Amino acid sequence: MNPARKRQIRLTTALTCAVLLAGALVYTSFSASSEAVTPSRLLAAAQPGQSYQLTGKVVDGSVDKHRDGMTFRIRDRDGSASVPVSYTGAVPDPFRDGREVIITVRKHGDGFVGEKDSLVTKCPSKFTNEKKSDDGKAPPSGYTY
Amino acid sequence: MATVGRAALVLALAVAVYGIFASLYGARKRRRDWVDSGRNAAYALAGLSTLAFVLLEIAFLRSDFTFKTVVEHSSTTTPTFYKASASWSSQEGSLLLWLFLLSLWTAGVLYATRHRMRDVAPYATAILLGLGAFFSALLVFSASPFVTLPVAASEGAGLNPLLRHPSMMIHPPMLYAGYTLFAVPFAFAAAALIARRVDAEWITSTRRFSLAAWFFLGIGILLGARWSYAELGWGGYWAWDPVENASLLPWLTGTAFLHSVMIQEKRGMLKVWNVSLVLATGVLCVLGTFLVRSGILDSIHAFGASTLGIPFVTLIGVMIAGSIALVVSRRDVLRSEHRLDSIFSREAVFIGNNLVLVGVAFVVFWGTFFPLISEALTGTKSAVGPPWFDRYTVPLVLILVLLSGIGPVIAWRRQTRATARRSFQWPVLAAVVTTLVLLPFGVGDSIPALLMFAFAALVTGTVAQEFVRGTRARKAMSGERAPVAAVSLVRRNRRRYGGYVVHLGMALMFVGIAASSAFEHARDARLTPGQSVEVGGYTVRYVKPTARIDSEAGRVERIVFGAQVAVSRDGKSLGTLRPERGFYPPNAPVLFAQHPIASFFEGEATSEVAMDAGWRRDLWTAVAPDVGALDGRITALDEGFVRGLKQAGDSVDPQQVGALIGGALRSILKSYTDDPPPATFRVIASPMVTWIWVGGIVVFLGALIAMWPAPRGATRRADARLLARVAQDLGRA
Amino acid sequence: MEPVALLATIALLGAVVLLVSRPLLGGARDAEGREAERIADLLAARDAKYREIRELELDHRTGKVAEEDFRAQDRVLRAEAMVILRELDRYDPGQD
Repeated sequence: MNPARKRQIRLTTALTCAVLLAGALVYTSFSASSEAVTPSRLLAAAQPGQSYQLTGKVVDGSVDKHRDGMTFRIRDRDGSASVPVSYTGAVPDPFRDGREVIITVRKHGDGFVGEKDSLVTKCPSKFTNEKKSDDGKAPPSGYTY
Repeated sequence: MATVGRAALVLALAVAVYGIFASLYGARKRRRDWVDSGRNAAYALAGLSTLAFVLLEIAFLRSDFTFKTVVEHSSTTTPTFYKASASWSSQEGSLLLWLFLLSLWTAGVLYATRHRMRDVAPYATAILLGLGAFFSALLVFSASPFVTLPVAASEGAGLNPLLRHPSMMIHPPMLYAGYTLFAVPFAFAAAALIARRVDAEWITSTRRFSLAAWFFLGIGILLGARWSYAELGWGGYWAWDPVENASLLPWLTGTAFLHSVMIQEKRGMLKVWNVSLVLATGVLCVLGTFLVRSGILDSIHAFGASTLGIPFVTLIGVMIAGSIALVVSRRDVLRSEHRLDSIFSREAVFIGNNLVLVGVAFVVFWGTFFPLISEALTGTKSAVGPPWFDRYTVPLVLILVLLSGIGPVIAWRRQTRATARRSFQWPVLAAVVTTLVLLPFGVGDSIPALLMFAFAALVTGTVAQEFVRGTRARKAMSGERAPVAAVSLVRRNRRRYGGYVVHLGMALMFVGIAASSAFEHARDARLTPGQSVEVGGYTVRYVKPTARIDSEAGRVERIVFGAQVAVSRDGKSLGTLRPERGFYPPNAPVLFAQHPIASFFEGEATSEVAMDAGWRRDLWTAVAPDVGALDGRITALDEGFVRGLKQAGDSVDPQQVGALIGGALRSILKSYTDDPPPATFRVIASPMVTWIWVGGIVVFLGALIAMWPAPRGATRRADARLLARVAQDLGRA
Repeated sequence: MEPVALLATIALLGAVVLLVSRPLLGGARDAEGREAERIADLLAARDAKYREIRELELDHRTGKVAEEDFRAQDRVLRAEAMVILRELDRYDPGQD
């Protein structure tokens, strides 16, 4: 076989492999992905068995910790539609009422069950964001304990 | 001070813009004086941005609460060590850090090449100053760190307690150093294309900068991993989070670039590939900076939606379009000087390594941007999780480690059968023996882990063999004793042997990653003192609760609840661990007025993980004390307090109030330790995680060896010897 | 603007203007500079070529390159080094 032809075959093989790999990648990313949804969308169109990536805020006062995990409600970022979620696994430090969270959930009866350890709480950029109104005002003045 | 800072930034912008035009004019008209003036503009930019950065740091260290950014990101209760790093936890501070570092490298590389690369350097100056001008413009027009308040605040909000970790102090500057250093090879590659000087010269002149960029970016990534490993809820050392991925992307393409440039230097091949790689790396660096700050992807690092989206997208668009236009328009001069002689050659292995690295980069890119891609294609935003990433990266990385074991011992151009056997018999034997030894220990349960161990043994084998054979050759040549010969071998071939050390470190790291991800045990348990839980053969017993108040400058920095746990295995005690959770009071007067005591628990809380780390395994523990159980007591105290304050009216003595609150807090702590509610523990037994950090240190030692400048004397002497020989040939010719 | 800050700003401006305008006032040493730069480029090319020769030698000594391959490649590299040295000699016959 002459070298030019050999090179051509080599190139074709490499390209075919690359295309196949890329194809698999693209295909699986669509089939393995979970749809990112808001609570209101989840309420409207949740399929049992399908996993979703739920994004929203923790409803104030809804967090209930018990023996093997916790339950809480997640609401729309701007809105009041909310869904109940039960969850077991690691709870990130910044998790609390009003925080924005991302969690992978599946429909289970009327509620949703979070995948173990999938709870992600966004790290608040500025520690001050929620209490913005206090900016500029004097914090508790020089108490020493 | 703020005025001087603002003036320095305005001047920085002006001088950068001037420098762009001076350099371009000088390059087109071949006027050396203008080129020199442009270079001096780069020096001036470095001076001005350094001044601005130093002024901001001083403001943070002095807790100067006339600065808005200081009020928002620091406080008097922030420990001094973290005050300094609080400056780059803000958007404006981090942009200033970017500009500061970029301008330093710009000045450095222009100084180093001031007598060289006459055709290329002016264009590179213009490009680097262009980036500098972009960041100074942002700092002047949309995110100024020198905004002042009309009236100084009395206290700031404090650095987010999550970021109060030593590696967080260095992680962002390291990443930024890496990002900005990659701007240097990016600019010189683009400049070489503009000037049509695409030999290997731009590569050799910027090699140290590329290596340094790779080095710092790597340290930054590793420190980030180390930090998220030591935090709760960040998914261990690597969670395929978009922001982590964003910093990994330029590191991957940069690694590919460091390998493939050797082929261009040696054989004049792959020119298009190399310029494309380095241009892509430069774009990915800016993209990484942008992703961290923009919040366009759902990440754990949400730094809030930024106002800088449009300028950044424009910059990235210009960089991409410019790069593509340059490569396409210069394809005539980018033709390869040679062809690949054989598939059994170092060139071929390097090309394989490049394809794999770019493949990994593509996988990471696709997965990271999939939410945007799927939204554009199907209208619904979907995301892929860690299993998807693992499915592709695990086999690719296995191939990569295998290739890194083959590459060093294979010859350039072609490998003959005899030399191949000589080169590979020992390393392959090492791999086979490792596999056979590990099989009885149940490592075969995870095929990827087993393969990784075998390939890592192969890499170790080739590296060891290279050192032994090199030392032997050196000994034969110079007659030195073996240890001396080994040292001088490395000294004379820093890049090569530094590279081998890097390979060894990477192998160690991947062994740690493979072992810890394949054989990890994790459990969550709710325990009362005296109860215990079993994890991966270890018994973890909750001994007793702990509680204390940490104060800084006479104020409460945080209130800490923790646990003392005893670890044992098969009845043998292995020691005590003390995981904790700290509650940082929010400096919020409104909350304080409503319920003074409860407000101390309404700020951020962070877990301090306690670890027993070792060569064989890490035992990782975190505790979530049930503070809710104290609610009743806190409410009762608050009611009494608010009533008392009302009665006292205006005649409140702050000192007295302070003392009362202190007493109340201490009584709460006491009730927690006297009558502890059950606490939730998370315990992880993870084998060989330490190997990741040790491997990382080895990698960076290797990189240091490769970067270290060759001793002047040694090159001279070698030069003289070679010169004599070449001169001899010259005489004969 | 407070006077100290104003003075500092003016001083900064002055320093910057001085720094960037200095080369423009210097006059032309252009031809000489160009030659010096060409020599610097050639020296860098020479060093790179020497490095390559040394690396090939090390590869040969550690048994990676077969004897006949080594001879052929070494010959080529040395010829390339000679070309660079010849050009260097043209600029400065007394070099080294």
